[in-house]
Amino acid sequence: MRSVPPARRGDRAFRLLAAGSAGTVLLLMAGLFVALGAGAWPAVRRFGVGFVVSNTWNPVTERFGALSSIYGTLVSTLLALLIAVPLSVIIALFLVELAHPTVARVVGGAIELLAAVPSIIFGMWGLFVFAPYMADHVQPALSKTLGFLPLFTGPPLGIGMLSAGVILALMILPFVTAVMRDVFRMVPAVVKEAAYGMGSTTWEVTRGVTVRYGAAGMIGAVFLGLGRAVGETMAVTFVIGNDHAVSASLFAAGNSIASTLANEFTEAAEPLYRSCLVYLGLVLLVLTVAIQAAAQLWLRRILRRMGRSG
Amino acid sequence: MKIQSTAWVLGLVAALTFAWCKGEQQVAGEQPADRATPEPARPDAITINGAGATFPYPIYSQWADTYHKVSGVKLNYQSIGSGGGIAQIEAKTVDFGASDAPLKAEELDAHGLVQFPMVMGGVVPVVNIAGVEPGQLTLSGALLADIFLGKVKKWSDKGVRKENPELALPDADISIVHRADGSGTTWIFTNYLDKVSPAWHEKVGTGKAVAWPAGMGGKGNEGVAAYVQRMNGAIGYVEYAYALQNGMAHAGLVNRAGKVVMPTVESFQAAAASADWASAKGFYMVLTDQPGDASWPITGASFILVHKEQPDAARAKAMLGFFDWCYAHGADQAKALHYVPLPDQVVDLVKAAWRDQVKAGGGPVL
Repeated sequence: MRSVPPARRGDRAFRLLAAGSAGTVLLLMAGLFVALGAGAWPAVRRFGVGFVVSNTWNPVTERFGALSSIYGTLVSTLLALLIAVPLSVIIALFLVELAHPTVARVVGGAIELLAAVPSIIFGMWGLFVFAPYMADHVQPALSKTLGFLPLFTGPPLGIGMLSAGVILALMILPFVTAVMRDVFRMVPAVVKEAAYGMGSTTWEVTRGVTVRYGAAGMIGAVFLGLGRAVGETMAVTFVIGNDHAVSASLFAAGNSIASTLANEFTEAAEPLYRSCLVYLGLVLLVLTVAIQAAAQLWLRRILRRMGRSG
Repeated sequence: MKIQSTAWVLGLVAALTFAWCKGEQQVAGEQPADRATPEPARPDAITINGAGATFPYPIYSQWADTYHKVSGVKLNYQSIGSGGGIAQIEAKTVDFGASDAPLKAEELDAHGLVQFPMVMGGVVPVVNIAGVEPGQLTLSGALLADIFLGKVKKWSDKGVRKENPELALPDADISIVHRADGSGTTWIFTNYLDKVSPAWHEKVGTGKAVAWPAGMGGKGNEGVAAYVQRMNGAIGYVEYAYALQNGMAHAGLVNRAGKVVMPTVESFQAAAASADWASAKGFYMVLTDQPGDASWPITGASFILVHKEQPDAARAKAMLGFFDWCYAHGADQAKALHYVPLPDQVVDLVKAAWRDQVKAGGGPVL
């Protein structure tokens, strides 16, 4: 071996270390798929792909289907995004474009604090404070005004899909807002000033420059929130009602993949039952990867359309 | 500058490592007994590991604490759930497992296990109906099953009124709350409904988790309690101790003898005393729907699982010694925590089973 100068040796060692560290990520990912796949194998063999479209969940007769859990995961996440994303955009724009710097700093700090609240706190607050409020005020009002829609029918119990969606929205709001604020901040001042110089109003600059410039970053922020909402466990388990049912009404109890796992894993002693729960975990992993892949593709398309190839 | 600071860090790390190793050596040096295993282990060097059911965790940990002070034997119990406890004892990663639902004799034989009851408790229906105080509402088993099947939808239903002629019941919807997580409590509760209602037997069955025909699920006793206390017209089921501590409105039940009984330590003990333990193979005994005028119909025992062939006689002796002490001296602590000690004749049967079945190196442990 040739003698290597000491400085170079450090470089090489660091390179190896860095590559090794990066390699563990791939190894972990592969290991995760292999472990889940192996654990889920008995269930896959027994139920096949039909598992994801069947809505039976009967541990006594050992017949399992994941439809209600998948449905609940998607619906609660969608609800959370519908509520959180518009709010986040408005808050972030306010902080960057309109607010007095002191106000922006204080509110920004509050948002970061909110992001640090553990999910179990959201869950308990949701169960003991928020769900009763939903049952007594929000849900009766909704069924009175929008009760003709199947979405808002049924007894106002306060616990169910709607409450889970709102709690999830509150949980992802700080993340999405913080990222959007940073995205809007990165819009070069020169571009904005040029627009103002052309005689644009604040609204026109916001719409035509800030939002357009930050579009890719905004989508990234949305997917960050989405990723968090899909797998959120504790808070959802507390308020979703935990019923293996698919119902049109948002007032009804449902469940999500994560809540089912949290509830049932400890006492699932029978091999097939346990395997089905692992299968459910595999479905969640595949779902998450699929969402991330779709996000990447979409992002690339948008960047290309905007003339900046990613 | 850079090189200097690197050298500093390296020096610091080296110094710390050296100090740590030295400390390690010293600690090892202080306890030479640890290394010298050929001699029979002193009882105070033994730590017994157990894992399983969450329901008896408070009493097991209190017993373990007191027993440690009395005997020096340390006991470490992890409440990971009955399913986990069974899996761990089968894998021999713990000295004993604990389960709220008994294993069948065939399952015990398949894994070379012995099972015996340790402590009892009761499951109690709890309600939240405007104007109904604890103990005022009475339900029969069949009615309870019909409610949880979703057949009886209102508290003013004539079936409910028939059992409670003098109670002013509101025209409120019944909201059903069950456990969302798999649990021994659910196993005992559904086992009772299974016995008293053919419709329940056909549609749902017995299990730690079942396909509930109606209602919503709360996580843990506390989750069910929170949902029931929140919703007008709600009915759920929780551990007796939990209902008592939270001042929840429990319902009385009509037992197998046709008598109305309330959940008390005495009515749980009556259920255990009426049961025919002697002919229950491997102590497979479910205390639901037992005969006897005073028996609470949803009573259950929590079980301990140990291997028949013990690898280490001293450890096995220390472990059975702990259980023996619990039977003899643990009753007051159990009652204080609202658990129910086993009747004496059952304890005698358990001890006979230990003598006959638990072996180490070919000979009996006790």
